[in-house]
Formats: sequence, C-alpha cells, structure tokens
Amino acid sequence: MIHVESLHKKFGKNEVLSGLELDIDQGGIFAILGPNGSGKTTLIKTILGMVIPNKGTISVMDSLVKNKWKYRQDINYLPQIANFPGNLKVKELIAMIKDIRQKPSDEQKLIGLFGLEPFLDKKLSNLSGGTKQKVNIVLTFMFDSPLIILDEPTNGLDPLALIRLKELIAEEKAIGKTFLITSHIMQFVEEVSDEVVYLLEGEIYFKGSIAELKIKTGQTNFEHAIAAISTHNKHD
Amino acid sequence: MIKILKYSFYDLMRSRWSYVYFLFYLLLGFVLLFLNNELSKAVITLMNVIIVLVPLIGTIFGVMYYYNSKEFTELLLAQPIKRSSIFLGQYFGVAGSLTMSLVLGLGIPFALYGLFESNAIWDFSLLLITGAFLTLIFTAVAFNIALSNENKIKGFGYAVLAWLFLAVIYDGLFLMSLIVFEEYPLDSFSLVATMFNPIDLSRTLILLKLDISALLGYTGAIFKQFFGTNLGLVMSICMLLLWTIIPVWRLSYVAKRKDF
Repeated sequence: MIHVESLHKKFGKNEVLSGLELDIDQGGIFAILGPNGSGKTTLIKTILGMVIPNKGTISVMDSLVKNKWKYRQDINYLPQIANFPGNLKVKELIAMIKDIRQKPSDEQKLIGLFGLEPFLDKKLSNLSGGTKQKVNIVLTFMFDSPLIILDEPTNGLDPLALIRLKELIAEEKAIGKTFLITSHIMQFVEEVSDEVVYLLEGEIYFKGSIAELKIKTGQTNFEHAIAAISTHNKHD
Repeated sequence: MIKILKYSFYDLMRSRWSYVYFLFYLLLGFVLLFLNNELSKAVITLMNVIIVLVPLIGTIFGVMYYYNSKEFTELLLAQPIKRSSIFLGQYFGVAGSLTMSLVLGLGIPFALYGLFESNAIWDFSLLLITGAFLTLIFTAVAFNIALSNENKIKGFGYAVLAWLFLAVIYDGLFLMSLIVFEEYPLDSFSLVATMFNPIDLSRTLILLKLDISALLGYTGAIFKQFFGTNLGLVMSICMLLLWTIIPVWRLSYVAKRKDF
C-alpha cells in the first residue's frame, strides 16, 4: 500500500526525518506514535505530497508520489487542525469538496450520524472546535477511498461523537481499508489499532502489534509501554 | 484551476471589501464627472488616482487574501489537484475580482455620462487596460512576497515597501539621477528607466495618449517619438505583459517546491 525508502527531511537546520523506512500493507489500522516533534505529521504530509522530502522515495499503491497529484484521489485525509475558510457555509464546503473530487459520496448518512443537520446553513467561522472537527470527519469519510489518513481524529470530540467515530473506523476497516492514524490518546489507539509504528528522532523505533510492544517493554499497560520506550531510549 | 478560480472569486465577491472597493470607484467616477463636467478632464484626474491606488489595493488585497486563505489552501493541497492550479486559481480569482470592481465601478458612471458617444472612449479604455494590468502585476508581486514569507507582518511590510518603492521612491531616484547626470545625454536612460517600472510606464502611456506631452518638455518630445508610435505602444504592452508573466511564473515555480 505505502512504501517509504530512506526518507530525509530537514526544516532549516532541524532534521525531522532521517532515513526513515516504512512498509504499510493493505488492510488494517496502523497507529503512528511518537513524542511531540518526532516527525509524525511530517511523515503523513510527505505521503500526501504536502511536504517535499530532501531525499528518499515514497510510493502509494505502487506509484511514486513525487510531483504527482492524481494518486490523492485514492486518499482521504483528516488534517490535524480543522481550519476551514470561514466565509463558507458547511453545506457549501461539502458541495465544494464534492465538486473538486468528482467521486460518489454519502455525506447524508454521515451528517445524520454526527447530528450536523442544524449546522448546515451556518458559516464555518461560527462553529465550535468540536463541531468543526465533525465537519472535518464528514469531509474525510464521505468518499470511498482505499487509504484513509487521520491526524489526531479525536481532537475536541464529545463522547458520543467519539463512539460514532470508532464505529465508523471499524466499519471501513471491515471492508478492507487501510488506515494511518496519529493520536496522543493511548486509550483510543489501543482500542482501534492493529499495529503500532513508533517514531523517534526521525526513524522508526518500533513496528509491531500492541502485544509485541508490551512484551518488548515488559509492561502490561499500553500507555506505560509507550512511556517506557520513550524513556528507555533516552538512557541509551 | 478553473474550479479554484471560481471558488476564490465567489469567496471574494461575498466579502465586504470587494463591495467597498467597487462602491469607492463608483463614487469616484460620479464625483469626478460632476466636478469636471467633461469626460477627458475626468480621465486625467482619474489617471492620477488609479496609477497610485490600483497598485496599492492590488498589493494589500493580494497579501491579505493569501494569508487569510491559508486554511483553504491547506485543505486543497490534500485534495487531488495540481499545486500550481491551486495557487494560480487563487491568484486569478483575486486579480479577476479586483479588475471587475475597477472596470464596473468606473465603467458605470462613465457609460451613464455618455462615454460611448464621446471620443474619450479610447483614452478611457486605455486607462482601464492599464488599470487591469497594474492589478494583475501588483497582485502577483504580493502573492510572491506572501508565499516567500511565513510571517504575516514581514510579508505585509515587504509588500507595502515594494509598492512604495515602485510608486514613490523609484521616481525620486529617477529624478535625482537625472539631476546628477544632467551633463550627459539621458534620453535612452529615461526611456529604459520608465519601461522598467510598471507604474511609470502606465502613466507615460496614458499621458501621451491624452496628448499633453507638451507638459513633459524636451524629454516629452523624445517620449512622444517612442511611445507615441505603434511600436512604442506594442513595446509597452509587452513590457506590462512581462511584468505580469514573470511574477506569475515565479509563483507557480515556488509553490511547487514549498512545504506546507
């Protein structure tokens, strides 16, 4: 599905990714974890072509992504901070993205699921953070694409919406979709993900299932296991 | 690109500022006609306003729109669209709506006053064409500056400085060099110097079209010889086109290589 080879990225003097290698197979949920500033968002953005790597290659579904844009038709991306053009109404934003993607979509079901009907005629600048995130989720999930990338999907969601989101992820996974998720909420990660990719100092420090991670670190609790690998490494 | 252009244009058409800009020109047109009572005189007064104001508005709108639509841009970057289409679409959306405000805002009062029956129509058209060019040029310059500066304050500062330089400082330097080097023949120098500043170039073009080149003295005669001919006009339009194309090209070049 995704193949990343010796990926390097520097922002000024700050080296964010240093020779990262990653293979993501089709199907399943992969959680990308790591401390703040470990390069999670940069990795996602290079896959999406928003950040251009200094070195290395990325291919998504067997085609190189460099200078290409059509492959993004097969990716649904949920950005970390749901900032939308404030002048638009929710309805118009959805229509606009549909117009741009030119793909069949089922936004009605999702709007109902997250109870967004009363907000459809409101301007985006007047929505609360949580409601914006719901709109963000609708925009991400309304298309049928094989790869779904979620950057901090739980931001600002209320408990009901969170349950709905988890159900949605499970549904999509059941029909063979591939997910890349970043999150700092370990409980959420433990609940949904099949495999964990742990980034540290611009490289993959660990890749495997949660059970393997617990064995490796000798912890029984997932949150502590994650904390253990971050601290463990600092003493090396 | 057309889709992005459509949305940017639509977005701007609904913002208050486009209307303010449009109403300003509408009002300016009516007031000038009321005060001057003659079309060709109104055109001259109008030129003095347009030559300074259009670049300023283009610069400020360009920078403001770029920074304000950052979220929109980021949303679009993750969609299956070519990068250059996103930025060029936004640029033409802004420049297009500004040009429309200018053409409609000034066109309506002049048309009502009987522009189509008068012989000032060509002067007036030239005024609108140079106004459109100045909008395209300065919006492109502003987009370039904004694209290269993450910091809004810096970007805004540089953009205003660029306008100030071309609108005011350039003329000052030009005049000073004429005084310092007055013993030398300066005809070709002043011609070239005028060609390199889109504001000066527009001013000269319109002034000569209005046939008041006598005001410019000896240099005016030389200018008349050059700009007054068809070749001069074509050259000037080419220069304005170049002033538009180069920043637009750089815009798409830089956008392709930038991280978001």
